[in-house]
Amino acid sequence: MIQLVETLISGLTLGSIYALIALGYTMVYGIAKMLNFAHGDIIMIGAYAVIVSVATLRLPAVVAILISVAVCTLLGVTIEFLAYRPLRQSPPLTVLITAIGVSYLLQNVALLIFGSEQKSTPRMFQIPDLKLGAVTISGVALLTLGVTAVIMIALTLFINKTRMGKAMRAVSEDKEAAELMGISVNKTITVTFAIGSALAAVASIFFGATYVYIKPTTGSMPGIKAFTAAVFGGIGSVPGAMLGGILLGVLEQLSKTYISTLWSDAIVFGVLVLVLVVKPSGLLGKTVREKV
Amino acid sequence: MLKVENINVYYGKIHALKDISLEVNDGEIVALIGANGAGKSTTLKTISGMMRTRTGSITFMDQNITHTESYKLISHGLAHVPEGRRCFLQMTVQENLEMGAYTNQKYTKEGLEKVYAQFPRLQHRRNQIAGTLSGGEQQMLAMGRALMSQPKLLMLDEPSMGLAPILVQQIFDIIKTLHASGTTILLVEQNAEMALRIANRAYVLETGHVAMSGSAADLAQDDRVRRAYLGA
Ligand SMILES: Nc1ncnc2c1ncn2[C@@H]1O[C@H](COP(=O)(O)OP(=O)(O)OP(=O)(O)O)[C@@H](O)[C@H]1O
Ligand SMILES: [Mg+2]
Repeated sequence: MIQLVETLISGLTLGSIYALIALGYTMVYGIAKMLNFAHGDIIMIGAYAVIVSVATLRLPAVVAILISVAVCTLLGVTIEFLAYRPLRQSPPLTVLITAIGVSYLLQNVALLIFGSEQKSTPRMFQIPDLKLGAVTISGVALLTLGVTAVIMIALTLFINKTRMGKAMRAVSEDKEAAELMGISVNKTITVTFAIGSALAAVASIFFGATYVYIKPTTGSMPGIKAFTAAVFGGIGSVPGAMLGGILLGVLEQLSKTYISTLWSDAIVFGVLVLVLVVKPSGLLGKTVREKV
Repeated sequence: MLKVENINVYYGKIHALKDISLEVNDGEIVALIGANGAGKSTTLKTISGMMRTRTGSITFMDQNITHTESYKLISHGLAHVPEGRRCFLQMTVQENLEMGAYTNQKYTKEGLEKVYAQFPRLQHRRNQIAGTLSGGEQQMLAMGRALMSQPKLLMLDEPSMGLAPILVQQIFDIIKTLHASGTTILLVEQNAEMALRIANRAYVLETGHVAMSGSAADLAQDDRVRRAYLGA
């Protein structure tokens, strides 16, 4: 029983990180209609930004976090501007290949600067663990859960209630019609990349706090899992990415604890394939029929 | 108000508009009629910046808008209700209307009241998702959404498409009311008879060029027009 509760909590924590990353995939897909394959590598860059800020520049944790968010946001927006915007009218395959190229570029730049050896993330949070009876919840897990919850609520309100959020939904449905309303599609896509990348930076901070070791390829695995989570939840759907990420994390930790560490990824992906066979649009994916 | 001069527009190699010129004066209803594929929608799309001209120029309210980006035109007072309505189907009726006032925020409240007064059916359904509206209701929503920007020129692309006769009549009545309240209108219609009845002037497009133009009353009497478009 204690083991189950602890597994669930660690699953929720890991799932929160996946969800934060998955939001970037799903928002960019929903609005720019492309898979930003380089999104996972933004996490890696965010983690290095923290390491450099704290270990090399000796900056306080809060400043390091802000720097990491700023670096990732700027990087995401720059990548969109330089690599993807010129391809706005190109076939999806061209864009996908470009995104894979950007991903390798980021990894290799990191390799050049930081080398191939893994670096350890500095300890940034001194939060006491929480003991509830026999169950122990780590401070970092609590922080991850709390911050993710706040971000999800804020993001949901932003998308549903604000002018910019509504414009994003309009663009995701029909770019031309949105432009006829006076909405700049380019500006909206820039904002989307900025938000997605900032969320990836937050994810990278929690990822670093939990998994500690960072190397240039660190972003790939959480990136792929978060992408899967986005598809699982219904790509393009914001609540879907949240749900998909969390379920994926819980599933992963459950299978690690109760079945096999070695097989956990295979089990997780197996379940996902099953779900997608039954519901190809994902858990919360929308299928709206158009009226003629 | 609007002056289109010798525009040529291509879809890849297809030469869709050939030296089209037309003019809309302040306070007019101008109809653009013609067979399927004549280039009516392409003309409107080019005016609103969704398509680019290869040659020729477009002037609106004394400003050259030939190369102006699409999203900037609505704040010049140019609104376009595109073919097929293009409502945001996953957003509510009210959110759609709010999007219409995207560049005209301050007007949102007053605009909503006016649009709801004009289209009471939309008011009853304001929290409904647009995708669940009927075709006629979606047409009303698309028109209401365009009105939220308080346009000087309203371009309508086949507002009667796919509607039952009684609704067609209703849509045309609304167009007349809008016109009476001071909106200039450029109307693309398959329903040439109705269009010529409410328009001041009209242009007949044939395979990408202007075949005829003149007062709507004259064109409605013209033998060629009667045979080709009025089923006489
Ligand atoms: N996206 C496109 N790609 C290629 N050709 C196109 C495209 N859209 C329109 N065309 C071509 O351009 C020409 C003009 O089309 P347009 O849609 O302007 O006609 P229309 O007068 O609006 O016809 P309808 O009454 O059927 O709506 C047609 O020959 C059409 O096949
Ligand atoms: Mg048409």
